[in-house]
Amino acid sequence: MLNNRLLLIASTTLMLAAPATRTSAAETTLLNVSYDVSRELYKDINPAFASYWKAKTGDSVTINQSHGGSSKQAGAVIAGLEADVITMNQSPDIDILVERGGLVAADWKKRLPYNAAPYTTTTVFLVRKGNPQGIKDWGDLTRPGLQVIVPNPKTSGNGRYTYLAAWGYALQKVGAGNTANGEKFAREFVTKLFANVPVLDGGGRGATTTFTQRGIGDVLVTFENEAALLAEEVGGGQFDVIYPSVSIEAAAPVAVVDKRGTRKAATAYLEFLFSPAAQDIIAKHHFRPRDPAVLKKYVSQFPPIKTFTVEDRLGGWKAVQQTHFADGGIYDQIIVR
Amino acid sequence: MAGVTNSVASHTANHVASGVPSSSRHRDYQASPATREAPWVRYTLLTIALGFFTLFLLMPLFAVFTEALRKGWGVYFAALVEPDALSAMRLTLLAAAIAVPLNLVFGVSAAWAIAKFEFRGKQFLITLIDLPFSVSPVVAGLIYVLVFGAQGWFGSWFGDHDIRIIFAVPGIVLATIFVTFPFIARELIPLMEAQGRDEEEAATVLGASGWQTFWRVTLPNVKWGLLYGVILCNARAMGEFGAVSVVSGHIRGLTNTLPLHVEILYNEYNFAAAFAVASLLALLALITLALKTYVEWRQTATLSPESREQAT
Repeated sequence: MLNNRLLLIASTTLMLAAPATRTSAAETTLLNVSYDVSRELYKDINPAFASYWKAKTGDSVTINQSHGGSSKQAGAVIAGLEADVITMNQSPDIDILVERGGLVAADWKKRLPYNAAPYTTTTVFLVRKGNPQGIKDWGDLTRPGLQVIVPNPKTSGNGRYTYLAAWGYALQKVGAGNTANGEKFAREFVTKLFANVPVLDGGGRGATTTFTQRGIGDVLVTFENEAALLAEEVGGGQFDVIYPSVSIEAAAPVAVVDKRGTRKAATAYLEFLFSPAAQDIIAKHHFRPRDPAVLKKYVSQFPPIKTFTVEDRLGGWKAVQQTHFADGGIYDQIIVR
Repeated sequence: MAGVTNSVASHTANHVASGVPSSSRHRDYQASPATREAPWVRYTLLTIALGFFTLFLLMPLFAVFTEALRKGWGVYFAALVEPDALSAMRLTLLAAAIAVPLNLVFGVSAAWAIAKFEFRGKQFLITLIDLPFSVSPVVAGLIYVLVFGAQGWFGSWFGDHDIRIIFAVPGIVLATIFVTFPFIARELIPLMEAQGRDEEEAATVLGASGWQTFWRVTLPNVKWGLLYGVILCNARAMGEFGAVSVVSGHIRGLTNTLPLHVEILYNEYNFAAAFAVASLLALLALITLALKTYVEWRQTATLSPESREQAT
């Protein structure tokens, strides 16, 4: 009796699952799987692209959004989340889709201008109004007793850039010629910094709400666009942005997921991101646009800051991934300590 | 939650076992000097209990509605009729509408088998039923990703047949079924065990078939307990966050349930809207509470000896 019931339940469940198979819609629907703090940007980009696409081809297109910590989102795409395009904040989260399941073409960086990154941002500090702790540069973040809010570098590109920016800063401090000492000093420096982190949120936005809504921490280390959004728009004048002496350039790469049958519209969507219209929206959301004319128009929004890239100072993403973020890598070692 | 369900069930079972109506027993307890506490003890305990209740239960409830209405009724209703919110409501209702009836069938049959029959592996079955209570909902969600995900055991088969489970509605329904699995069975098992098999045996002796016994004897005896289980099951199905969050994919307008929609709105600094949607869930909790109280009252009334004698 009971066995029959269980069988019945199992088969009913499967029958229920069946009707959910994808029916080909009359209009194109794209799913943009993105990282955590890009939600406001794509909310504005999507309708702009939809009207551009309608004017160009006469077809309607709807773009759905999914946001979360970037590596978590990449993991979801690998596990079957049916993304048509992925718009991330660091290339490893797209490279992993090339390696696992071949969801993205290996040459994805060459398919679009600027290494397929339509904009960059950089890692800056957000402090409480008036900067009561007097935080000026990376060195201040290692001060004992200070609370630093950073998203988890394991699940979020935002957190990873923070870690790498601190590492790069420490290397620079020691001096370029002194590699062996540099490594040792950088390791101690980053260990001290992360010892000041009371909570590691999964994504950039989670870290922001921890800092702004729950009032935890003296400084939030996050992307420039997120800090500017807080300081100028939704923060209600309670926060100041602090630019450190040097930081990391965070290019936000995008790619089409090849497996899906929406290649044409998906490619057009990503190409649209490089158009002047989209670049203007991008700049409005405090991301640094690639288009020189647009950058010039919004130059007052983007104070000059010295930046380095993962490629020029840290030996590229592949090396960084292996030495720092692989299981048992330097990041794991300093966190366990 | 499990503890509450069980204690209520065993509580009602005690009434049956002792054969004393609860109200008269209550009076005896208060009247006897041996069991009566000094007034200051009573008032201190009452103050602590009520203070705790106000601080941890009433204030958050109050806060939800205040925050939701901070920007006025216009913003409140706009947040509720917005397309993404409506789609989240539809999905939440759909998940509950599938999960609750399935668990109803499962719960009744499992409780019936466990309470009325002896068989090998009975204890094991009870443990299995409790599994969703002991497993973290996030783990429950991950199990489905491991099994049905594109890299999972059956992922490629489903992929080849263009059937989507994870990051689509079926995954959300499955996760909901999993976390609400024990509610009805756990409610019914102690109740049915306390009632024993006498009435069923009598019915069988009088010539009733198995179905007749079930429909006319077993089911009427547990109907209020059953309803109570359904209400709790439904509340959890609509409120579930963890497991659903893992399998959802967070596509707004498509795979967001109400609790997930609240999170998204909150993360977008859209606090008025987040609390407006949260107030829907709070309202659901209040309705659940009212229904639960009513059902509990009916259950006690049905089970008290006076009403049973009247009935026979």
